[in-house]
Parts: sequence; C-alpha cells; structure tokens
Amino acid sequence: MIKPQKSTRIVTLTIDGREVSVPGGTTIWEAAKSAGIEIPVLCHDPRLRPVGVCRMCVVDVGERVLAASCVRQASEGMKVRTSSDKIHTCRKTLTELLLSDYPAESRREGATGDDMLLALARDYGIDRSDIAIPAGDGRTQDMTSPVIAVDHAACILCDRCIRACDEIQHNDVIGRTGKGYGTRIAFDLNAPMGNSTCVSCGECAAVCPTGALTNKTLTVQIRPREQLKKIDSLCPYCGVGCAITFHIDPDTNTVVFAEGRHSPGSESRLCVKGRYGFDYAKHPQRLTTPLIRREEFYPKGPLSFAVKGERRGKPGGLVDYGEVMPAFREATWEEALDLVASRLKGIKQRSGPSALAGFGSAKCSNEEAYLFQKLVRAVFGTNNVDHCTRLCHASSVAALLETIGSGAVTNVFSDVHNADVAVVTGSNTTANHPVAATFIKDAAASGTTLIVIDSRETGIARHAHHFLRIEPGSDVALYNAMMHVLIGEDLVNHDYIRDFTEGFEALRELVKKYPPELAEGICGVPAATIREVARVFGRANAAIIFWGMGISQHTTGTDNARCLISLALLTGNIGRAGTGLHPLRGQNNVQGASDAGLIPMVYPDYQKVGEPATQKKFEEAWGVPLDPNPGLTVVEIINGALKGTIKGMYMMGENPFLSDPNSNKVRKALANLDFLCVQDIFLTETAEFADVVLPATSFFEKDGTYTNSDRRVQVGRTALQPPGQARLDWQLVCEIATRMGYEMKYAGAEEIFEEFTSLAPSYAGLDYHNLSPTGKLWPCPDPASSDGKQLLFGDGFPTPSRRGKFVPVEYQPAAELPDDEYPFVLNTGRLLEHWHTGTMTRRSKALDAIEPEAVCELNPDDLEAMALKSGDYVNLSTRRGTITLKVRASRGVAPGNVFVPFHFREASANILTNDALDPFGKIPEYKYCAVKVAPAQPPA
Amino acid sequence: MAYPHAHPREARVLSKHFGEKDAIPIDGWIERGGYKALDKALAASPDDITQIVKDSGLRGRGGAGFPTGLKWSFMPKDGGKPNYLACNADESEPGTFKDREIMRWTPHQLIEGCIISSYAIRAKHAYIYIRGEFVDVVRILNQAVVEAYERGYLGKNIKGSGYDLDLTVHLGAGAYIAGEETGLLNSLEGRRAEPRIKPPFPAQRGAFGMPTTVNNVETLAAVPHIVLNGADWYRQWGTSKSPGTKLFSCCGHLQRPGNYEVPLDFNLRDLVFDLCGGPPKGRQLLALIPGGSSVPIMTADEIDCDVSYEGIEAAGSMLGSGGLIAMDDSTCMVRAVRRMVEFYAHESCGQCTNCREGTSWLAKILRRIERGQGREEDLPLLLDIGANMAGKTICPLSDSAAVPVVSAIQKFGREFEAHIQDGRCTAVN
Ligand SMILES: Cc1cc2nc3c(=O)[nH]c(=O)nc-3n(C[C@H](O)[C@H](O)[C@H](O)COP(=O)(O)O)c2cc1C
Ligand code: SF4
Ligand code: SF4
Ligand code: SF4
Ligand code: FES
Repeated sequence: MIKPQKSTRIVTLTIDGREVSVPGGTTIWEAAKSAGIEIPVLCHDPRLRPVGVCRMCVVDVGERVLAASCVRQASEGMKVRTSSDKIHTCRKTLTELLLSDYPAESRREGATGDDMLLALARDYGIDRSDIAIPAGDGRTQDMTSPVIAVDHAACILCDRCIRACDEIQHNDVIGRTGKGYGTRIAFDLNAPMGNSTCVSCGECAAVCPTGALTNKTLTVQIRPREQLKKIDSLCPYCGVGCAITFHIDPDTNTVVFAEGRHSPGSESRLCVKGRYGFDYAKHPQRLTTPLIRREEFYPKGPLSFAVKGERRGKPGGLVDYGEVMPAFREATWEEALDLVASRLKGIKQRSGPSALAGFGSAKCSNEEAYLFQKLVRAVFGTNNVDHCTRLCHASSVAALLETIGSGAVTNVFSDVHNADVAVVTGSNTTANHPVAATFIKDAAASGTTLIVIDSRETGIARHAHHFLRIEPGSDVALYNAMMHVLIGEDLVNHDYIRDFTEGFEALRELVKKYPPELAEGICGVPAATIREVARVFGRANAAIIFWGMGISQHTTGTDNARCLISLALLTGNIGRAGTGLHPLRGQNNVQGASDAGLIPMVYPDYQKVGEPATQKKFEEAWGVPLDPNPGLTVVEIINGALKGTIKGMYMMGENPFLSDPNSNKVRKALANLDFLCVQDIFLTETAEFADVVLPATSFFEKDGTYTNSDRRVQVGRTALQPPGQARLDWQLVCEIATRMGYEMKYAGAEEIFEEFTSLAPSYAGLDYHNLSPTGKLWPCPDPASSDGKQLLFGDGFPTPSRRGKFVPVEYQPAAELPDDEYPFVLNTGRLLEHWHTGTMTRRSKALDAIEPEAVCELNPDDLEAMALKSGDYVNLSTRRGTITLKVRASRGVAPGNVFVPFHFREASANILTNDALDPFGKIPEYKYCAVKVAPAQPPA
Repeated sequence: MAYPHAHPREARVLSKHFGEKDAIPIDGWIERGGYKALDKALAASPDDITQIVKDSGLRGRGGAGFPTGLKWSFMPKDGGKPNYLACNADESEPGTFKDREIMRWTPHQLIEGCIISSYAIRAKHAYIYIRGEFVDVVRILNQAVVEAYERGYLGKNIKGSGYDLDLTVHLGAGAYIAGEETGLLNSLEGRRAEPRIKPPFPAQRGAFGMPTTVNNVETLAAVPHIVLNGADWYRQWGTSKSPGTKLFSCCGHLQRPGNYEVPLDFNLRDLVFDLCGGPPKGRQLLALIPGGSSVPIMTADEIDCDVSYEGIEAAGSMLGSGGLIAMDDSTCMVRAVRRMVEFYAHESCGQCTNCREGTSWLAKILRRIERGQGREEDLPLLLDIGANMAGKTICPLSDSAAVPVVSAIQKFGREFEAHIQDGRCTAVN
C-alpha cells in the first residue's frame, strides 16, 4: 500500500512582490496565508480537499486564465499577484452574481450568524438593492429533515457539504444534480433530505458557508454565537468521546446548539446524537425533588403497564408519569437522605455488609465512579459494586487482562490510517461509534484493506473490501481456522512470538484441528475465503483489530476475544503504528468507570481485591478495614436479590430493568429487595421498584472527567444549572456516606480527581489544568509536553513474565440453540439514533422524531414466507417472554435471524434475552438465543 | 455522388468517401486503401510515428488547435502506469457536425487512426467517447469495431506485431460539457461530466488517474493519411502554421449547407459564397460565425481572409471546430445571441460561479432586451459580466458563453441599442 509522503522539497515564489518559501505541494492560498496575506475564499475550507469551484480566490499567475489559489500549487519562481483591479472586480462581480438569488433573510445569519457570503458583500460594500438583476424563482426549500433546513436559493454550490459528507463522514449522500442554473445539491437521487439515506450527522450544515444548510431550532430559538454562552465540553453519549462546544442561552438555561470542537480523537466531527441529542436535559419529565414511596404501594411491584408486562395503551416511548408518580410523595433532602442512610445501615447491621450492593454507571464521571465504589467498599463494607461494563465488555476485559495484562486499548482508533489491514468484527460501528467509524471508512477509502466480520451486514460492511458473514456465535471456529492458515502457511511473526509471547505450542496444536473446511461447516464462510482473508491479514505490515459487542456478548465472549488477541500476537500486530487491539467502548465513560474501580474484583486502576499489599494501600488511604473478598457481578447481584441474599441496593444512573437480560426475572428480583435507592435524572423503569428516588444531575449540569475508548481522559464542563432541587451525584454519595458514619467531604470534582489519581498510577500526573482543552491519553508520564501514550506494549506486557499469553480455545455453540418451537436466532443491539435504554434519546426531540417506535428487523425472504411486510406487527417469543413490535425488512439480517434494538421500553428486547453467562467475564449472552416469530395485531 | 453537396474546389482527404455506402464495411474500406497506414506504423517505432505527426504540423480539430504530435510527446514512455487514448466524439458544439459524418461514412478511418495513435502513445486501451444522441452512428461504429477485432486489427498481437490494443465505444448521456476533455474523462469514469482543475493535465493524470491523450475524431482520422503519405505530402495544403485540410460544417442561411473539406489556406469568403452558394436569393449576409458558437461573430465585411488558424484570428475570430454559421439580414442579432447564451446557460456544468450564475444573468438580460424592456445600463452590464466570466474559470465554457455577447455588442451594437431605445428590431423582414 502506498500512502502519500509529505514533500521535503522547498519551492520559492513571489507573492505580491514578497519572496515566500514553502514545502512542495503547498497551495498558493496556503503560501500566501503563511506570509500573512489573506485571500478570500468561499468553497475552500482547510479541513476539506480543495476543489476550486467558487473562483473567489483567483489570483494572477501570469497565465491567460486567473488561477484558483486554493487549488493551484505553488511552483518554483512563480510570480503571484493576489490583488489588482481585475481581480477585485472579479471577486466583487462573483459576490453580486451569488447574491442575486439570495434570500432576503439568510437562515445562517439567524442561526450561527456566520454567513460568509454576506460577510463578503459587506467587505465589498455591495448594496443588495443595487443589484441589477431580478432574482430567479427556480430555487426552492426542503424542510423534510427533522434537524437541517435546506434553502436552495442560498446555495452557492460550493461543494463543501458534498465533500464533508463524502470525505469527512463517508456517508456519500449528497451530490450535485442538474446543469446550469438548474444545478442543485441533491440527496441520493434527488430525494427530499428527510427521505434520503442521510444519517443526520450535520457535518454538511457545519461546513456550509451560507444559509443553504442550517440547523433547525431544537430548543429555544436558534441564534448567533455572539448572543450565547460557549461551553467547551464533550458528547454525553458514546465511548468515542467527541469534543463539543455547547452554545447556551443563560436566560432560559438551555443548550441552543452544539458544534464539533477540535480534538485529536474526533477532529471536530460529530454524529446525530452528539450534534442534535442534547435537549433531553430540559425534558419536562426531569426529576426535581426527592421522592419516597407511599405506604399504599407496598409490597413493591412495577407501576407502569410496560414494566408490568401488560400490553395496553398506545405504543410510545415515554413512561406515563400519571401511572407512576402517584406511588411516590415528595420529600425534603433531609428526610430522603436520612431514610436512605438509615435503611442501608440497618440492613448492614442485621444481615452483614454483603447483603448490600451498588450499581454505578458508565455514564457517570471518573470522579463519581471513584466515589461510588469508595462508598460501597469503605462504607457499605463490601465489594459488591459493579456497573454496565459488565454487560458490554467484561469478557473482552477478562481476556485482555488474562493475556496481555491490561484491559484497555493498545492503540487509538484514528491510527487505523496507518494500518495496511483493519479488521472490524462484531461491531455495528457506523451506528454505535459513528465518529470512530468515519476514521475507519476514511482509511478504507485511502488504502487500508478493510475486513468486516459479522453475522449482520451492517453499515461498515458496505465499506469493506472483504465482508465475511458468519453464523451467529461461530466466531471461535472462524478465527481458529484463520490461525490454522497463518501457521500452516508460515505467515506468522516468528521473532515476535519468540521475544514477546508464551504458549505458542499449545495454540499451534489446537488450531491444527481447525482446517478452513471444518470451520466452513460451522461459520458458513467458504474455506477459500477464510484462506484468502487469513493471507491478507498475515501479509500486512500493520494490522489493527476493532471489535464490539458482537464479540463480547456471548457465553463464549472471553473465548472470542482470546482468539482476536492470539491473532494479533501471532502476527506481531501490537505496539507499532497501525497495529493494535481496540475493543470499542460503548458508554462515554466505560473505560473510566472501570479505571475508577466500579468492578467487584479490583480497586481503582485494576489493583486486585484480595492482594494484601493492595488492600493495605486502600485501607490506609480510606482509613477503614476493607473486605478481602471480591464482590458479585451485575447478574449475580440480581440473582442474589431474587434469592434474598442481597437485600439493599443503591443505584446511581443504572436502569437494569431494561438493560439486564431476562427482564421478567429482574422484575421479581427488584421487587424482592428490602430497600432500593435509585438516583437518576428520570423516573426509570428500575425506579418503579424504588423506596427512595433521588433527583440527580445530567451530564450537562456538572464538571467531571471522562475516559473515552482511546484512553483519552477529557473534561466535561458545567453547561446548565440543574433543574429544581436536583443535586450533584458526587454530593449525594458524600451525604449518604456521611450519614452512614463515614465523613466524606470534597470542595469539588477536581479534588476527587486528585484523590483518584493519587491512587491510580495510570492516571498519575493528570489534573484538570493539563487535561484542557483536548484531554490526554493515559498513561501520560509527561503531561506538560505530551498528549500521552498512544501505543502501548511495544516492548512487552504488564504480565508477570512480560510476555503476552496465547490462550487456545475450542469452539463451543451458544447456550440456547434454535429448535422446532423457537426456530429463529435472536440478536440484539442498537440503532444510530438511540442510546441504551432510551431514557435520554427518546426524550430528545430530533432523535425521537427519526426513530420513534420499537422495531425489529428480519430478512425480507423470511417475511415473505410468513406473508409479512415492513410495518406489520409481530410477536417475538422466547422461553422467557414475549414482546410485540413492528417489523422492518432488512437485507442486512441473514435469513433465520431476528435483530431487536434494546432501546424500547414498550417492547423491551431483554424480556427475550438469555441470562446465561460467560464463565470468565460473567457477561450475558445478549447476542444469541432462540426465538419464534408470529404475526400480531397492532396494540389497541 | 450521393453526399449532398460537393465542389471541385474542395481538397477531399478525410471526406473522400463520404456518401459511399460500400466504404463503411471493412472490406470496402480495405479496397479503398484502408489499414495500409497501420501496417506501416506497426513496422516503425512509436516515437517515429509521433515524429511524423509532429512534422506534419497537424493541429487538434476539436477547437483549440493544439499541435497533435506535441500533445502525444507529453505522454510518459516508462510504462509505469497504463496510458490511455480517449477519442473525443462528443461533438455538440452548435453548428458543428463533421465528426458525425466521418464516423457515419468512414468508421474504419477513425478506428485506424485510433490504433495508430494509441500505438504512438503506448496505450493498450482506447476509448471512443461518443455523443449518446448519435444512435445510428453508434450502431455503425460498433459494427466496425467488431469487424476490426475479427480481422485482428484490434485485440492481442495486432497483425503479428506484438502490440495489443482494446477499443471501447462509450456513450455519453447528453451534456455538451462532456465534450470538454476533462469533463469527458470524468464522464468516462462514471462521474458527472464536470471539468477538472488543470494542472494536472490529462497526460499527467487522465482517465482513471492514468496518463491519457484526448483527441478529436477529425484529428485522429487525419493520422493514417499522414503516416501513409508522409508529413511533406500533408503540408502540400494550408499554411506553414496550419498545414493540411479541414472539414467545415456549414449551416445557417446558405444555399448549399453541408460539410466541405478545404485546404487551410482557402479563402473564407469563397467558402461561404462559392462553395456554399452564399445566402438565399435576395438576402444579404449579415454575420458569420466561422468556428462553432464559441468563437467571436464576424461581420460580412470581415470575412475576406484565409481559413487558417492564424488567418481567422487576424480577422478577429477563431477557427474553433470549423462549424460555420451564416446569418443573413433577416436575423435578429439579439435573438440569435440570446439563443446561443441560453444554450450555454443550459449546458454549464454548474461548478464555477462565474459560469453558472453569469450565463443565466446574461440570458436574463438578453431576454429583457429582446422583449423591448432593456435598459441603458444593460449593455455595459453585459460587457462587465462578460469580462468577469472570461479567463477565470475551470474550463473555457464560461469564456465561450461571453464571446458571442461581447463580440455582437461590439460589432452590432446598433441593433442592441435599437431594441433598448425604440423597443424595435432592425432585422429585415
Ligand atoms: C465546453 C467545451 C466543449 C467541447 N466539446 C468538444 C467536442 O464536442 N468535441 C471535441 O473534439 N472537442 C471538444 N472540446 C475541446 C476538447 O476539450 C479538447 O480540446 C479536444 O477534444 C482535444 O482534441 P484535439 O487536440 O484533437 O482537438 C470542447 C471544449 C470545451 C471547452
Ligand atoms: S448547501 Fe451550502 S455547503 Fe452545500 S453547496 Fe450549497 S452553499 Fe455549499
Ligand atoms: S460518535 Fe459518540 S461521542 Fe461522537 S457525537 Fe456520536 S455519540 Fe457522541
Ligand atoms: S466554466 Fe462553466 S462549464 Fe466550465 S467548469 Fe466552470 S461551470 Fe463548468
Ligand atoms: S475558494 Fe478557491 S475557488 Fe473557491
């Protein structure tokens, strides 16, 4: 693969009489800029490939034709004039030409307030009423997108949106259509924007210089930046951790609009959730006062029909507060907090510390996570603390810790650019890590061979050079066969194996048993393809492996990850540019919440519970004796609640009723708890079982650090004031701890971060000051001068032997296979527009408008066989329950499979899923169980 | 003689067999001496062929008149990347219909020219990009390509020479701008026919990013004759700067419109009045466009010049593609120019602001002048827009659109003023 090299040649040219020397390949515009000469542009944006269409930047290079300086490269001895009467008149005329059809009111002046055309008109002193030509009427508007307004009359056809869509986001939606005056930007084959394949990432509206593509108002009236307050923060959603600037109206305490902000991890890009999903924080259903369950609503049970499992009422995303609120009464903070502390303390005294447990959340900041686990460990006196990472990547982390001694990624996703080969497996990257996907798509378009392995043909598969559709749950067979080929054809890295690994012999013996022909019978990929792809992978100088929950959420999740790690070790693809292992993290702070110790078997920074020295370290730091026994994991805690061994729970921002497998069991378990305190921003399904509900703050209302999938620790800043009496989460933890007899007091998030980093060597040296503005990768030994360590383990692993360990594994089928009664395979996952249990995204106007109701996807051939079509209702039933929802035809889903997104409370996927666990990571098998499909009537 | 009009004063080289049905199939063509030049070429080296063409002084017939041999010499010889030949058969310039007739009557003349030229530039694949509306011509050309493959003039190891060439006929989809060479390349690649920024030029980065030569049909059709008979033979016609013969597609107000092939030192006035018979009886010649709608309009008394590139230029216009349009005194110049501008406004690819917006401004202003609603400021406005459209865009279509307007106002200003001041047309009924 040939990647372009930066030129080392220097060319010298004269610009307006001044001599300028620049590297070869520099454009005249860039050269002039470096000499302090500004040339006006419209179609050019330094982030985009120059195209030279608007002709605003033309300069005289002594040729017949004036040259567009944004594209023309500087050459040796060139004489450039950037201004003259001729050039000035040309630019002025161009501006007039563009203004003749321009709408009287530019939507951009009303929105972000940075209309470049009107700015030029002001510079040239053009009075629009003097323009001698009547406007045409052929250029219309398109208001069909829920988030972006299209005004063709303001479009100057500068091509920026097209390049942003094609070359930054790689969505390939926008193009040009027509000729002459009829030239237009067009979505797909000239479809209305709202009906097109547009994914509403908003990159086009972000780069548009005029009023042609602008963001619609989502909260209070959108208006120019100068009239708003600017807060540099982060996206609250996924593990990509995009940097965002929020523009706030202080009077109404509202986010008005969001913009991508420069950061090495996201390069100003955003997806639909980050750009348009900010309004949930102002939703009227926000909790604003502490709530205590009324006497009459004991014994506890579900309150809303959806949680009761009844089918009635209109399908719809949001809980009807009329159904649930009567069960609670408002309380003062004093009363509520005293009650929580005394009930938890009572349980501890009666039944011992291990009858208590806490669920933190990967949505919380590092500080909140740290403090929460400290509360459970030092105050409750147990290690029964866990969070939703258990449900997404626990198996990946188990495998990584076992083999290479560290659970984090070994390289950042944007380094895919340096890879010859990228493998993406079990990851619907374009929907779940959209901005990370843009880097992968970009690499695939510029020389990196992309191999996508999945049971579903997802968005990223469309960019793949090799797409392998495997039978669900057959990953181990495929990877063993690939390794069989690599070893058989001697495509392995002997030096690397010798110097940096152990256990190769055992792996070689095991994979001998997996010739591609055998694997073909299990995973359905032709043996020839397995060989071809193995060779492509084996011959790469640098290969990087990305994986998602399609790998981890199986009873063989740890085995699947072990195989991927072995692939990388076998070929020496760790620790160099373009190589690495990258499990893509789900929530914005999955990495950080784990780093901070929200895990039952480790203290902060993965220091093991049960190791006396470690225990001593934390006992000294926290000043109390600690429980030497590792605690229970998420599903074990729920099982404990069901059995009655877990009696009291504190949940901070988790919603296990929707997120945990086998909801019918979870319902019984939650109802069985003696005491449950739920701290959240909305009254969640889980909160229906609570004795006390504490109104918390949303991401927008607090300071905190968050660690993204790349290990980048970044600061989220307070953008809004909390509603009503809602209080900061860390303060509530402190209050409960103090009321339970353990004084906790901090001046603010910064002080908590200080305590955390003092106990977590990987975070040593980081503070709020050096984390601004774009964060640091941990570890970062020299925060003053470096961005942190991008590549880990080039010189060995943090294991006792310093070597990476091959763990050979045999293929094992999933826990529950299809049979005559339940003939389909159920797979669960996410949609681009929604987030987890939907509490945030379904309360976001734009996101809800795009995907308003529960759907499942089936292959059109299967639908036809059942005489069903898109939009019909079906009942999906497993041995654990039934849900009713709409069906949508999708060729991406293989025949015999059903895909259900788990965001929808009215048809919760986890009523169906199997809570069988991976024995190592204790992660449930969300991605596989047997299901039956039957036509259903629409709900009444 | 079946072909509409012929004249003894013509010098018929390319058009010698126009009108002869038997010249279309390969056997008939071989009987007429076809493919002899190819044998000769394959026996020589590619660089020898380029040299002969250079020596002949052949200039591109697509409009710009760039020396063909020189253009070929820009092609890399190291073979690091595949080279391509693209024959521009998109002929869409208003008033131009010569390439169509070459392909209709003598398809093998073009194919032979493509093979020799490909050999000279070391291309192993040639494309003929042909205007999609030429439905019957496409059929003829496709048949001729099949025949050439059957006889071993195309394909592997052509005539035992060891040289391989494939030829693909690719249909355009109806845009004038696809005739601009880089627009053509984009269209060939399956993109919108939007002209590319130059540099890089096609010889550096052309079709599919590879070095490419783009030549017009008439240019390539002349190559076999030059290779067979030598550069000196070709130079017997024309001037030292414009050697050889050229086809003129003559239309408009003429008694005998059609294609005429004349030496490049032929007198333009003779071409109009003698060969084409001048305007219809009782009419006066008012204006003449000598080289397709993209060149400046001439008045009747400017046309006593020779038809060489430099001759017409000295007389104030350009040879262009050789599409001659005659206008007699029944013509409303405002209307004629407005229609030409509307053509360009319709055909602008829409990339450059000057061109996309400028053409539609010109059209709007001309429409109001034609309707008698013009204003005093309109003429300076037209000239001003014209000046800011020319020499500033990605391709010269923008210039082409301004040219007829500017030249008509300069030369027929009176007629425009009459429309503006009196709301009256000066055309003679
Ligand atoms: C707007 C525009 C349209 C053109 N159309 C044609 C055409 O239809 N046929 C053609 O041969 N050249 C056309 N040309 C000229 C080509 O760009 C190019 O110069 C020519 O094909 C080169 O061939 P030649 O050197 O053999 O003349 C056009 C140029 C422009 C700017
Ligand atoms: S919509 Fe905006 S960005 Fe896109 S071409 Fe038009 S003016 Fe440019
Ligand atoms: S990719 Fe993730 S972090 Fe970035 S904007 Fe989208 S949801 Fe937010
Ligand atoms: S000058 Fe006109 S036709 Fe040529 S590239 Fe520009 S817009 Fe397109
Ligand atoms: S800014 Fe250079 S042409 Fe548009």
